[in-house]
Amino acid sequence: MFRAVFRLSSTGARSLVRSRPAISAPLASRCYSHGTVETDEEFDARWVTYFSKPDIDAWELRKGMNTLIGYDLVPEAKIVDSALRACRRLNDMASAIRILEAVKDKAGPHKDIYPYLIQELQPTLSELGISTPEQLGIDKL
Amino acid sequence: MLRLTAGRMGSLMARRATVALTTSSARMASHGHEVSESVDMSKPMYSDRRESPLPDKPYKDVLTPADKSLKEKEKGPWGQLSNEEKLALYRISFCKTYPEMNQKSSEWKSVFGGMFFFLGLTGLLVIWQAAYVSPPLPRTFEPESKAKQLQRMLDMRVNPVEGFGAQWDYEKNQWK
Repeated sequence: MFRAVFRLSSTGARSLVRSRPAISAPLASRCYSHGTVETDEEFDARWVTYFSKPDIDAWELRKGMNTLIGYDLVPEAKIVDSALRACRRLNDMASAIRILEAVKDKAGPHKDIYPYLIQELQPTLSELGISTPEQLGIDKL
Repeated sequence: MLRLTAGRMGSLMARRATVALTTSSARMASHGHEVSESVDMSKPMYSDRRESPLPDKPYKDVLTPADKSLKEKEKGPWGQLSNEEKLALYRISFCKTYPEMNQKSSEWKSVFGGMFFFLGLTGLLVIWQAAYVSPPLPRTFEPESKAKQLQRMLDMRVNPVEGFGAQWDYEKNQWK
């Protein structure tokens, strides 16, 4: 829902993406020079799989998160959930809180995205015992 | 022209490089306290960036025994950690929170202020230079000379279709 579709150029480098409002537009209207376009579901699945790796290491977590935050989109709840579970496997509470801060920052002026995300993630947050930045008081200066 | 083989050139450069390094290190040794602490850029560095939430290394390198015990506790269920402990864990790994990172500063005021100040100073310098350094203008800048230039241009019919001469009404001898 809160996504943009990105495309791969011929060199394989990621090209600039355009962010869309929170409505899923039909993808058939897009014209690309070549290559198949990855659907939102495929993108989500790919990232969920990335973070779900049972023996993920700290570097992979950092690389994954930094790359994900580099995209012009706010990650879906299931991707963030997968990343938080990866933090749990790595015994890294600080990174879990940082991830929540980062996705809030990604939403930018769209203030309704983050509360929705937290609402979706609440079961996971309770299960893993992760406090939100708001609960810790670090969302304010 | 001397032709050095690649190997010879390589050793020459290496020798020059080592000489340069040793002299600089010798210089640094003699300086003593004046040498500023340099950061080793060949190792992973910490940074607080919006676009890169998880930096290459945690913020605190040296952990106190309290920190170490907290890290041990982190391996257990996180529900058992108090809010203060969670915050302490955050501050071990990270320097600034996102709101702290994104703080606005008033630096721009200093930048603009300094800019305008130096521009003003330069302006004063230019005025002084115009008054005291520049030689007098040529006599062709005088109004009478310029009037004669203008008349000559009109007589020559400069750009009579679209430009200069086109603006002059040659019958009535005035500007259109």
